[in-house]
Amino acid sequence: MARISLKDLRHSYMPDPASDDDYALKRLDVEWKDGGAYALLGPSGCGKTTLLNIISGLLTPSHGQVLFDDDDVTTLPPDQRHIAQVFQFPVIYDTMTVYDNLAFPLRNRKVPEKDVHDRVMEIAEMIELTPMLNQRASGLTADGKQKISLGRGLVRTDVNVIMFDEPLTVIDPHLKWQLRSKLKELHQRVKTTMIYVTHDQTEALTFADQVVVMNFGQVVQIGTPVELFERPQHTFVGNFIGSPGMNILSCDSDGKQASIGGQTVDLGNKVSAVPSKKLEVGVRPEFINFADKGLPVRVEAVSDAGRFKIVTTQSDGGMIKLLVDEKSDIPTDSAHLSFDQSRTYLYGDGWLLEEGA
Amino acid sequence: MAKTENQKAWFFVLPVLILVAFNAIIPLMTVVNYSVQETFGNNDFFWAGVVWFEEILHSSRFHDSLMRQLTFTFTILAIEIPLGVIIALAMPRKGPWVPVCLILMSLPLLIPWNVVGAMWNIFALPDIGMLGRMLNEMGFDYNFTRQVGDAWFTLILMDVWHWTSLVVLLAYAGLVSIPDAYYQAAKIDGANSLSIFRYIQLPKMKRVLTIAVLLRFMDSFNIYTEPFVLTGGGPGNSTTLLSIDLVKIALGQFDLGPAAAMSLIYFLVILLLSWVFYTLMMRNEEQ
Amino acid sequence: MKRAIPAIYILFLMLPIYWLVSMSFKPTTEILGSFTLWPNEFTLENYKTIFSDASWYMGYVNSMIYVSINTAMSVAVALPAAYAFSRYRFLGDKHLFFWLLTNRMAPAAVFALPFFQLYSAVSLFDTHFAVALAHTLFNVPLAVWILEGFMSGVPKQLDETAYVDGYSFPHFFVKIFVPTIGAGIGVAAFFCFMFSWVELLLGKTLTAVAAKPIAATMTKTASSSGYELGLLAAAGTLTIIPGAFVIYFVRNYIAKGFALGRV
Repeated sequence: MARISLKDLRHSYMPDPASDDDYALKRLDVEWKDGGAYALLGPSGCGKTTLLNIISGLLTPSHGQVLFDDDDVTTLPPDQRHIAQVFQFPVIYDTMTVYDNLAFPLRNRKVPEKDVHDRVMEIAEMIELTPMLNQRASGLTADGKQKISLGRGLVRTDVNVIMFDEPLTVIDPHLKWQLRSKLKELHQRVKTTMIYVTHDQTEALTFADQVVVMNFGQVVQIGTPVELFERPQHTFVGNFIGSPGMNILSCDSDGKQASIGGQTVDLGNKVSAVPSKKLEVGVRPEFINFADKGLPVRVEAVSDAGRFKIVTTQSDGGMIKLLVDEKSDIPTDSAHLSFDQSRTYLYGDGWLLEEGA
Repeated sequence: MAKTENQKAWFFVLPVLILVAFNAIIPLMTVVNYSVQETFGNNDFFWAGVVWFEEILHSSRFHDSLMRQLTFTFTILAIEIPLGVIIALAMPRKGPWVPVCLILMSLPLLIPWNVVGAMWNIFALPDIGMLGRMLNEMGFDYNFTRQVGDAWFTLILMDVWHWTSLVVLLAYAGLVSIPDAYYQAAKIDGANSLSIFRYIQLPKMKRVLTIAVLLRFMDSFNIYTEPFVLTGGGPGNSTTLLSIDLVKIALGQFDLGPAAAMSLIYFLVILLLSWVFYTLMMRNEEQ
Repeated sequence: MKRAIPAIYILFLMLPIYWLVSMSFKPTTEILGSFTLWPNEFTLENYKTIFSDASWYMGYVNSMIYVSINTAMSVAVALPAAYAFSRYRFLGDKHLFFWLLTNRMAPAAVFALPFFQLYSAVSLFDTHFAVALAHTLFNVPLAVWILEGFMSGVPKQLDETAYVDGYSFPHFFVKIFVPTIGAGIGVAAFFCFMFSWVELLLGKTLTAVAAKPIAATMTKTASSSGYELGLLAAAGTLTIIPGAFVIYFVRNYIAKGFALGRV
């Protein structure tokens, strides 16, 4: 087991990258603690899989270092890094039985057959495959196959980190939830570092202690699910996480207040000097209420989302969505909105403005 | 895929059925007809029963041709299948060289069969052919028109030249269909290249390789033009394969009865062996 | 190191072809008189003979005609049949499929004489159509086999969605289904072209003058003035060109096509 640090990591698939746009990964400095459950979250094409392959050793980065504890493993091949990976589509050895599949990584490493047996039986019990051990692996369902892939990582005692590359893509929806909780439970049992790559926020937020949000080849924010929700460091995070996402309204500001279409709102992050960047106010639908005075809006649509209702309104500064309790009354035409001041943030060029930053 | 029961599907198959029936059933009936009759010329035919079948089945000439045919077929299968797999494994998976390799390798497959025979004939001639001349310069007493061993060597080399590419292309198609994740997982699991071949590549190539064996088996059993042009069945009868012998009897000596009986036996042998392959293949697919 | 294997193999493939091509540029005296690795007296005489003599170049035209007819015909009849095999179960379907394949196994030598008699009887002897029709014997089963593979790879939902959208069957088949399996049709056509182009025994048996294929024309160099090897080599070289041309066009489908649609 190990701590994983990525130092000044950059990667380009082109031989001579010129501009920043040629990089699939641009300048990454991340540290992953030993035994943590991490999620790597971002839209398709944001560089998650590239990053994953660099950690596993399937790719060598153009610049920078990968450290496991204090060892530089940047140029080591995957089998010497002591890692395991579960792929998007289940990878199993078709001709082998479930037992032989699980034993395969150990046998390749010349582990004595007796230890192999003990270990396989132990892991099979853990991932609930014991009754199927003698079946051909090709006959299993998709979730069974993914369990085998996971099991091949778990049987090894030398594994530093287990990585998951969107492992639930081909799993039936009703089994997804089950497999996800199983994963969480396994993490608590084996305490191996796990990195879970996904574009699905629910998967990321339920699995991980720490979520790394990526976009356009860079890390936008690292934080606990609560932090990502309550204090997004970037409008992208605000928008990507949460349903519906954060409201982003362009505004003017003096650093203490922001004005949207002539109305002023108080800010949760105050800065003394406002940089000359594109300024925006971000506030989540959860932190907006109807009020007697405040930002004047027109109610345009109401949709039911179970315990809440999503209300779409139009202000002079743009569209604003808010969540209200299903029992509360909703004004039919014109209304006023008030923002929760401590959760209303000012962004410059997309990034959260902070004093001294 | 679950198929629907639909007897009207027969209408879709009808054109194929008519076409193939015209080409297959009528000539086959003709052959059967000849095989049970005796002729003394003048288009007079007499009922002969199964005498031709008995004659052929007991003739040492047929046994020899059949033995030569089996030797030939199994030799080329034993060379072409492993060789094709090895070459396919060594080919690049992507990049500008892939189409170049594929085009150059497919070239022999698209040369008319008698041109293949003629080309190898002039390539292997001991006095004016590149191969024959070079082998002689190197001190081998090589002459495929006179020596049986040399004739067989040339015949097999020609077939390897002509058809190995088919196996390469089939095996290659099987290989490129394997997702990268399999190789990555195998690397992570610490597998060496032998176990990657044994547990990933070979199982994924199984279907296409069965097709390759089936096609090569059928086609090598039917081979006529190339050896006929290359060696004419000689020296002596040493390279007279089944088809060549059949044409000799039918068109050369105009012994229609025995030729027809031999055709049917020949056809049945292929049918039987192909059926075995086909059944094995379908069983694989159902798994 | 690993790259050396395909490289050596390709070299081995090219050697006899090189020898043929280089011989086609030599005069007969050089071929028979001395052993030269490349032409000393470079000549185009052999090619001139072929292009100026109708009995030679018509051979190419004849081959092209019957190969084209055969390819079009084989694919056209194989399409509906392959659709039936890939989508429906019907009485005797498995046996029928195997019976079709058995025709792929039939040795041409077995059929040569009966074919001659059959096609003479229906007055098709020495026509392009006769050869094209005879070659369907082994090309149609192959085309059905290939197309069935590709069609099985297309989910049935495509058909069902189209019917729900109000397409009639013929409309759906031509407008939606055929374009979907375009690659498969290309591959099937390639194989039909290939086997029809390279076959000689039936082509030779069913023709005399009017539809004689180029491959058969070549045999006349042996009988006329002894062995005109240069001429033979030039004619042989020219038969490689159409094949090379066709491969070039389907190069991107070759690998996929050989997997016959499903692996």
